[in-house]
Amino acid sequence: MFYRETGQFKTNYADDMAVFPILQDRLGIALILAVAFVLIPLTGSNFLLSSVMIPFLVFSLASIGLNILTGYTGLISLGTGAFMGVGAYACYKLTTLFPEVNIVVWIVASGFFSSLVGVLFGLPSLRIKGFYLAVATLAAQFFLQWCFTRIPWLYNYNTSGAIEVGQRTLFGIDVTGPKASLEARYMVLLTLVTVLTWVASNLMHGRIGRSFMAVRDMDIAAELMGIDLLKTKLLAFAVSSFYAGVAGAAMMFLWYGGGEANDAFNINQSFLILFMVIIGGLGSMIGSFFGAAFISMLPTMLKFGLPALGIPLAGATAEHLTYILVGALIIFFLIVEPHGLARLWQIGKQKLRMWPFPY
Amino acid sequence: MSKRLTVLGLAASILASSLMMAAPEAVAQESVYVPLFTYRTGPFAGSGIPIADGMHDYLQMLNERDGGIGGVKIALDECETGYDTKKGLECYDAVKPKNPVMVNPWSTGISLSLIPKASVDKIPVLSMAYGLSASARGDIFPWVFNPPATYWDGLAMIIRYLGTESGGLDKLKGKKIGYLYFDGGFGKEPIPLFEQMAKDMGFELKLYPVPPGEMQNQSSQWLSVRRDRPDFMVMYGWGAMNPTAVKEAVKINYPMDKFVSIWWPGENDVNGTEGAKGFKMLNWHGIGTDYPALKDIQKLVVDKGLSKSPKEKVGELLYNRGVYNAVLIAEGIAQAQKITGKKVVDGSDVRRGLENITLDEARFKAIGLPAFAGNLQLTCKDHNGHRSAFIQQWDGAKWVKITDFIEPMPEKVKPALDEAAREYGEKNAGWPKRSEACDKS
Repeated sequence: MFYRETGQFKTNYADDMAVFPILQDRLGIALILAVAFVLIPLTGSNFLLSSVMIPFLVFSLASIGLNILTGYTGLISLGTGAFMGVGAYACYKLTTLFPEVNIVVWIVASGFFSSLVGVLFGLPSLRIKGFYLAVATLAAQFFLQWCFTRIPWLYNYNTSGAIEVGQRTLFGIDVTGPKASLEARYMVLLTLVTVLTWVASNLMHGRIGRSFMAVRDMDIAAELMGIDLLKTKLLAFAVSSFYAGVAGAAMMFLWYGGGEANDAFNINQSFLILFMVIIGGLGSMIGSFFGAAFISMLPTMLKFGLPALGIPLAGATAEHLTYILVGALIIFFLIVEPHGLARLWQIGKQKLRMWPFPY
Repeated sequence: MSKRLTVLGLAASILASSLMMAAPEAVAQESVYVPLFTYRTGPFAGSGIPIADGMHDYLQMLNERDGGIGGVKIALDECETGYDTKKGLECYDAVKPKNPVMVNPWSTGISLSLIPKASVDKIPVLSMAYGLSASARGDIFPWVFNPPATYWDGLAMIIRYLGTESGGLDKLKGKKIGYLYFDGGFGKEPIPLFEQMAKDMGFELKLYPVPPGEMQNQSSQWLSVRRDRPDFMVMYGWGAMNPTAVKEAVKINYPMDKFVSIWWPGENDVNGTEGAKGFKMLNWHGIGTDYPALKDIQKLVVDKGLSKSPKEKVGELLYNRGVYNAVLIAEGIAQAQKITGKKVVDGSDVRRGLENITLDEARFKAIGLPAFAGNLQLTCKDHNGHRSAFIQQWDGAKWVKITDFIEPMPEKVKPALDEAAREYGEKNAGWPKRSEACDKS
């Protein structure tokens, strides 16, 4: 009734090819952005910002990265955690070597270092596919993690081996370091995620995205149509690692605020992001957000939300319960809809269009 | 991407924010809020559970016996971290609005992330004998405390002990010492000092890192140990790493009395391993329940079913480590009450309290723990104490103290500490200068 495009006429091709052709969708996006940019920072509690929203945004960015590679191009990677780590360490090195350059520039620039490493480990993708490629990227995970611990230059020879995040400002406001307010960190991260999502969405809707999907669907056919496989696959690795790198840098600098980095970027992190992509929906932008929300927000909500609602749960019990519930929900969603939450969302939207008179 | 998502998002955010807002009111006015970061799950639970129980039970006992500290109840709260930095930060954010008087991260990784926040949020970090060694410098880290000794002091004590075992520190020349360590911040920290000592004393240092994911699979490290045949093995481990190392050492027939660990193994790590007899470790406090305070814990907390600890575990090594930590918490609060004259103290007061902790024989006796541990005196300059510890040996059924208190080597540790503290301040641009005044004690 409310969600129907009746009467919305497209008078030119640009309108017809828009990412959000329906007015209600555009309004919805505007509302989401308004909530994210205005309502949440103004009214949200510190806990909501620091432990729910910031992790969610970081993981969304990483999921978008992996989704570009796995969902759109069909190349499985188990090295996302390590590529995030490359971003974090690159950002740390860059900002300690050139402290006068703005930290936001370095967070974005560290993505390019991650890209380079990603391309390097993406080279075998031309020859090997599927599970074998997954194993090859696993090698990247282990090798890079080894580098993070074994090359003291990367962490500036700190005795603790930790990344130490100093104070950096943007327009005179602290955005990193202990004095940076949560709102500032959240706003910087949100802006980064919004801009990068917009870029990714456009990339995927354009020629590059189409060539990615062609390779995913059948690489021989894609090659016959004139798509250079080597270039396309490496580009997918580069773009994907770029997003992962930025996510990693943002994680260390805007979320953790420093700490032991090598352990934060371990194989579990890679798996976690792969699960987000699978549960959210392969080859879907919004799926990346759904997946990140599901895997990163839900445990926090369960652990701290239930006791706050008056259901008394001791720390360890809550932890066990979280494992059980999240595990059960993963299985439930995969049975109900193997194509992920994004597909459920699409079905819901389709139903809504027919409502209340389905035919 | 329509209204539905928006509505959902709105509902979720409103729900979440209202939940979080409601939480602080749960804490009653007349109490001091002490959150305990614990881990009863994950690969470190084996070490984490007795510690958590010890901390909780001692503070609970104070509540039951004395009605809290200075007439104010302690509001206890446990938050599960799983030794995971991410979850630790979550816990920190969750407890922050409830005005905790201090946090005990119980993980070096979490400590490292909380250290920069401490001075901003005005919540002292008490990382008892772990965390950043350099935070012993009270003038640079006014909000961080790591008594009674740093990992560097621990290493110095172990080396001194190995020296006496070999007939003098100079006899270590030409010896081979293996270092098996947790390949994270905690195990890596002593390496520079270890290397320096190797150079100064002429022994050969062999490094055997154990990656965090491989704690339960140390066969390759011990294969190297078998090849290198070090004269002594030194271990810095935690959680599942300790029992695995002991088992592997037994498997390759490494002489157990040459195997010395830092203060983190517990009974669980050696119990049940045939041949673990002879294993040595550092420790600084008493074991067992032969103290009035522990008797009170048994009577008022454990027997009443207020504890999660099994009865027979009370008084074990790591349980008592937790008790020692709780004593520091309680003393910090008590001192803060004494200094400020207030009953309900906050984080800033407790910071001053911790800075003035004086635990001498008389005080230990007064709190029902006579001769439980060596004296500890913290000052505004020294947040650590650099106290000595002793070596104890596993005799197959219990720990036996085999040495007197061994002094650390301040002449070696202090320069390294000062250098690390200076570097930390330098690398963290904008690190605040200490603005908190020192109390005259």
